[in-house]
Amino acid sequence: MNTSTNSTFFQTVIQKRWLGKAFLLLLTALAVWRIATALMADPLLFLQQVVNGLQLGFVYALIALGYTMVYGIVRLINFAHGDVFMVGSFVSFYSITRFQLHLWPTSVFPAMSENLSNVIGVLTVIVVAMIACALLAIVIERVAYKPLRNAPRISALITAIGVSFFLEYFAALDFVFSANFITYKRPIEVVTWAIGANGITQLSGDAPPEGTILLSNIALIIIVTSILLVVALQFIVHKTRIGKAMRTVAYDKQTARLMGINADAVISTTFAIGAALAGAAGVLYAIAFSQIFFVMGILPGLKAFVAAVLGGIGSLPGALLGALIMGQAEVLSAAYISTPLRDAIAFSILIVVLLVRPTGLFGEPEREKA
Amino acid sequence: MMSKLSKPTLWFLGSSVAIYVVLQILVSTGLLNSFWDTIIRIGAVMAIVSIGLNLIYGFNGQFSLGQWGFYAIGAYAAADVTYRWTVNKSADGLVILFLATALSGASILWLHQRIAKVRGIDPLSAFTIYLTSTIAWSALAFWVGITATPAVTALLNMLPAAIALQIVFIVAVLFSAILAAEISYLFGLPILSLGSDYFGIATLGFTVIVKILLDNSDTLLGFVEMKGARGMIGIPKITTLFWVFFFLMVVIVLVRNLLRSSYGRAIISVREDEIAAKAMGIDVAEYKIVAFVLGSFLAGLAGGLYAHINGFLHPNTFNFIKSFDPMIIIVFGGLGSITGTIFASFAWALVLEGILRIFLPQGFETWRFVVYPLLLLVIMLLRPKGIFGDYEIPFLRQVLPKPRHPEKEKIEAEKIAEVQP
Repeated sequence: MNTSTNSTFFQTVIQKRWLGKAFLLLLTALAVWRIATALMADPLLFLQQVVNGLQLGFVYALIALGYTMVYGIVRLINFAHGDVFMVGSFVSFYSITRFQLHLWPTSVFPAMSENLSNVIGVLTVIVVAMIACALLAIVIERVAYKPLRNAPRISALITAIGVSFFLEYFAALDFVFSANFITYKRPIEVVTWAIGANGITQLSGDAPPEGTILLSNIALIIIVTSILLVVALQFIVHKTRIGKAMRTVAYDKQTARLMGINADAVISTTFAIGAALAGAAGVLYAIAFSQIFFVMGILPGLKAFVAAVLGGIGSLPGALLGALIMGQAEVLSAAYISTPLRDAIAFSILIVVLLVRPTGLFGEPEREKA
Repeated sequence: MMSKLSKPTLWFLGSSVAIYVVLQILVSTGLLNSFWDTIIRIGAVMAIVSIGLNLIYGFNGQFSLGQWGFYAIGAYAAADVTYRWTVNKSADGLVILFLATALSGASILWLHQRIAKVRGIDPLSAFTIYLTSTIAWSALAFWVGITATPAVTALLNMLPAAIALQIVFIVAVLFSAILAAEISYLFGLPILSLGSDYFGIATLGFTVIVKILLDNSDTLLGFVEMKGARGMIGIPKITTLFWVFFFLMVVIVLVRNLLRSSYGRAIISVREDEIAAKAMGIDVAEYKIVAFVLGSFLAGLAGGLYAHINGFLHPNTFNFIKSFDPMIIIVFGGLGSITGTIFASFAWALVLEGILRIFLPQGFETWRFVVYPLLLLVIMLLRPKGIFGDYEIPFLRQVLPKPRHPEKEKIEAEKIAEVQP
């Protein structure tokens, strides 16, 4: 009698997967407890961290969208994407320092108001970087990936790593960019606002007033630009002919060809759009952190990729959500758990999420593809 | 005795010993200076890591980027043991590593036999059980190890210093490899159920986490002698040409024999078609983890050897960017080709560490990593299936079991050939 109840209890534990669930619950409880105590201790500081996390998360989102689009259409983990991001920030750096591109509205239309010309100047720099990155991506795709479209998938992955190395170390050569840290010249002055119960005040001195959250125009630019680009991307993918073609090719390349879609052109376009987003992210990242370096693309690229996987690679809303989670995870764990461990924590979150949802938050169940 | 060995075996063993003897003579007489000697040793170490990865990816089809993390674990664990022995004059690292890996290994095996009998247990629950028991046994090992250390130290000190150092070295390397294998078992158990790309990213995450932990090994993990991101120095340089060749030979022979056994055929069948393998009664999950653990064991072994080549370890060596090196090597050599892997490992070491360091013209030193990816691209575009494809030298070739009725099967095969032109 006794043994039989024991064994049924044991069976329930096994069948309901209680042990594994208990383990995950323990981890989640620890994280929730840490966040809750931080929120109780200083809500404003916590809110400030969340804003910082949003700023970072939106930059990751722009890179992650490129990863997820390319993966969705050719099932390739494009490791060179992070380096396209780096090229974007370098292009913007040179267009600002050499060609004074951010100043053209003031020199052409001196009568224009200062704010408007600033905005147009920054947008021009971003667009130039986006175009440069898109062209670079088309070249990369033609040279390194297209010849291997029918080879095993791993071959294209290896060439992607090769392209990544090449971009990094070619950029590090003296006559190309530089192997040193470069201080980025921001196209606009930083303005910081303190938002509190007493309304919004522009921060002039060094000490922010008590009980406020700081928000800079840089953060605003990043968040607004990213949202605009994400919306534009949604529009392109869901409302235009090329977007429809992209979705078709992602679904089934052979059938798309039979329907008269030029699959190669669509794939090139996808690479170009993804790279353009990465280029924009490169400019925004450089404006935010004001330092650029030839291997600066590796870690943001990796984290954005993790974000894409977290959200379910191949899914656009997934990439956005995953990137926002990654941004928060990084900033919050740096603030409340341990600064050196912040990347380790971000990766642990990825692994735990994959254990619960094996294809990411919004991922489709795995479909076997030859 | 000799007559039992087949001709390919004799060829393989003879030529390997000959290569070793020639290289050893060249190095001993100084015709090959220590720079090239180091490159050969690094090539051999890379061959061991890459054979491990080939076992996981080339033969079992699991896209793992975690090889470098296990390599790092093996390297740091072995280095810490020999460092404590030579610098601190204490065998505490040795004793604790030995006890912890032995006890948790035994507990994993014991639990594995019990858990295998339970139907329908999910990997995560099994993982929780294993993790709890491993932590408990390791804590016990630590406590016992601390008390047993003086006795072992005294015992080892009775031996001549050189022999004691060699014993510590070999035990350290072997048990660091077992440590890496055990960690890979714990990690692989829940992760291996993921789809291939997701598995790759999770293992990449493992590599990144290991690197970050090593960056903070002195502050967070409490291993002061590892010096965190400043790099660990003072490791005895005792990985000789003999040891790397010895281990490489043992690894090649063992992996070859494994792949020729029924275990090996089961491992390969998982790569070919998981569903078909399952239909033939093969426990797919079991063979995935067998291949993953064995591959990680080899990574740990190679790590232990690598740590004692330069006597210096830095977390940046175990950066995730470098974790693609074994992947590059096995794809170059040819997935599922051990011959290709060995060839590509040595070629990789010679080109990247040797030729590109020495023979680039003056003023072009910074071009090393520009030329290397270009080479990578060109070779990949010319030979997308690797230099050797799936070619193997006769000794390493797969043999399928002989049909029980050769005549009958031949007739059947001809019949099928007639029907399907």
